[in-house]
Amino acid sequence: MAVAAAVHPAPHEEHPTSTGLSSRKMLFWAFLGSECMFFGSLIATYLVYRGRDTVGPHPHEVLNIPFTSFSAFVLLMSSLTMVLALAACQHGDRRGTAGWLAATALLGMTFVGGQCYEFTHFFYDGLKLQGNLFGCTFYVLTGFHGTHVTIGVIWLWTLFTLAIRGKLPQEKSLDVEIAGLYWHFVDVVWIAIFTLIYLIQ
Amino acid sequence: MATTTAPVGVATGTRTSFAAGVWSWITTVDHKRIGVLYGVTAFLFFLIGGLEALLIRIQLARPENTFVSPDFYNQLFTMHGTTMIFLAVMPLSASFFNFIIPLQIGARDVAFPRLNAFSYWVFLLGGIFLNLSFFLGGAPDTGWFGYSNLTSKQFSPGHGVDFWAIGLQVLGISSLAAAFNFIVTIINLRAPGMKLMRMPVFAWMTLVTAFLIILAFPVITVALVFLLFDRFVGTNFYVPASGADPVLWQHLFWLFGHPEVYILILPAMGIVSEVLPTFSRKPLFGYPVVVYSGIFIGFMGWGVWSHHMFSVGLGPIADSFFALTTMLIAIPTGVKIFNWIATMWGGRVELKTAMLFAVGFIAMFIMGGLSGVMHASPPADLQQTDTYFVVAHIHYVLFGGAIMGIFAGIYYWFPKITGRLLDERLGQIHFWLNIIALNVTFFPMHFVGLLGMPRRVYTYAPGLGFDTMNMISTVGVFAIVIATLVFIVNFLRSVRSGETTGSDPWGGATLEWAIPSPPPAYNFASIPTVHSVHPLWEADASDLIKDVNRVRGPIHMPPSSYWPAVAALGIALLMSGMIFGWWFGIPGLLIMLVGLYSWAFEPCH
Repeated sequence: MAVAAAVHPAPHEEHPTSTGLSSRKMLFWAFLGSECMFFGSLIATYLVYRGRDTVGPHPHEVLNIPFTSFSAFVLLMSSLTMVLALAACQHGDRRGTAGWLAATALLGMTFVGGQCYEFTHFFYDGLKLQGNLFGCTFYVLTGFHGTHVTIGVIWLWTLFTLAIRGKLPQEKSLDVEIAGLYWHFVDVVWIAIFTLIYLIQ
Repeated sequence: MATTTAPVGVATGTRTSFAAGVWSWITTVDHKRIGVLYGVTAFLFFLIGGLEALLIRIQLARPENTFVSPDFYNQLFTMHGTTMIFLAVMPLSASFFNFIIPLQIGARDVAFPRLNAFSYWVFLLGGIFLNLSFFLGGAPDTGWFGYSNLTSKQFSPGHGVDFWAIGLQVLGISSLAAAFNFIVTIINLRAPGMKLMRMPVFAWMTLVTAFLIILAFPVITVALVFLLFDRFVGTNFYVPASGADPVLWQHLFWLFGHPEVYILILPAMGIVSEVLPTFSRKPLFGYPVVVYSGIFIGFMGWGVWSHHMFSVGLGPIADSFFALTTMLIAIPTGVKIFNWIATMWGGRVELKTAMLFAVGFIAMFIMGGLSGVMHASPPADLQQTDTYFVVAHIHYVLFGGAIMGIFAGIYYWFPKITGRLLDERLGQIHFWLNIIALNVTFFPMHFVGLLGMPRRVYTYAPGLGFDTMNMISTVGVFAIVIATLVFIVNFLRSVRSGETTGSDPWGGATLEWAIPSPPPAYNFASIPTVHSVHPLWEADASDLIKDVNRVRGPIHMPPSSYWPAVAALGIALLMSGMIFGWWFGIPGLLIMLVGLYSWAFEPCH
């Protein structure tokens, strides 16, 4: 069966699939399902260990709800700009795509900056990673979330670079959509973390 | 790498491509070649794990033996368990996923060929990293489940546990990447007409396994993250003095660990569900019920983890709940067994080696299942916990079960992979030696276990009634070694000079038998349209076979790429930097980033 067949430089579109859904998008949904178990385990550990500390500082002594509410609001707004970036890309609006991507990334950076400020503050309040259970569960859980946001920010700047060089045309809006899925997921996880750690103490 | 001049039409797996150079193997994205790489690598790890078992059994042959030191004994049983589970059975299954799944569903490759190559390289490097620990200060010695707080810096000051925890994280990346890939491949790349309920059972079980992997591995990832933080940063996740509860580790570990048991056994169940109908010349009895049972096992596997923890003392309500769910999960397993038996019933049973291993799988798995159900009862389990009875149980399920199922798959698909048959006479010797030897080895363990011999202890006193049966077990292991040698001889001989075969030596029902052996790089010259669960047993099968092998136009195949291997190397260096220092970690990080970015921007069409 050695058949020499010419190989075509195929156009950049995905092969037809059994379900009609994009394979890349499906992979990403599966990845997010996996991420749910990852954050689920981290959050469950935080909840299991809540209230077991014999030494402080305790959550109500360090958590600054107004400040974190503000950074949570910033992160939520970044989901809006992400949606606008995708819409712009789907309409072939190059400047709009780049602009909204940059806005999303900047909002994400604001959130990460807020987290750095918060961590520093808590550290000087005596909350240590090596200290009590609240310390280690809090830092590791929110730290992993912050890492996710940081990876998202890098991803968004990568897309931004593509967009301003005109390499993110309408046909490639899936690239933006998948980054958006990730971004919205990280956002939703923060709603859960914010509610469970900050609001319900 | 942007060139798209991939040599379409060159059959892989033949002698020419074996000689085509290491580079073509490093850069390959062909699912068939990656499947071969997985299989060979995993089998070598299987031999290493077997060697560890052999040393364990020599030590236990006589009471108060001093063949190995207690410390080394601890390393041996830890690495034996870890190796067999993560480096042998899982990747051996992955080897079949790779080679067979695209062929069974009528696809030209997996959905993400480069991600597939990446999975393999991460697996290889993770396995090597884990085994390096033997030469760098001692292997992990805390058991394959690494109970906290034995794994703490206080009680395990060396690097063994670090190698274990980091190695498992690396291997987890490989398993997750592969599982995402196969979920999308199976859901999205099926040939036209192959509805979900027309998929071969092996494809179904692979799908369920892949879902279990993506949901179970993050849990152990988190458990290991806590452990690594405790050991490297000095946090208190598992430190009782700070109010932490070491049972947290057990919950997280077994919440992963029990689905993991099904990750190990479901692929083997899928394999025998292919082999039994072929050699009974009868469709699988109750196909939908077998599929639904597999899915049900997948769901229920999440609700039984605390039966590993009855001796913790979780209280009567928790114990009762997990006892009930454990008994419940025996039902779909029993349903499958009856379906397999009913498949053979009234069929024209042909006892080729593959079929013998499949039937042997059923018999051994029933025995392992029965002792498993005994563990479902907390009072009985309390007597059996940490005794050789449990060791007997897991070896009937994993050696008698998973490994026998994998051997059935090897004998069944070897002709498809190589174009040659494994020698039938040596195969029969292998099977009979293997099944007798495994019973000689593991059956006495039930008795020494019930007599109270604890597992994971390097020796025992004479006169407790353990002596004779331990000697019998050790003799049995030598017979397993001989059986395995017979297989290796058979394999090496048949790969070079075995009887050549056509596309379909067994008269199989599924699509992989419609194309030549070994398959061409593109698998199917034309993608078939499927109308049934067993397309090659339908009246129009000869038309289908002619059709799939007729080239109609240009075939586009993905070009090879070395970036997945580069990214894998970067990740392995980055993670090992936690032990070897920043001069490994920093270059690792950079190599990983270069690898991932180059991969992402590499034209794949």
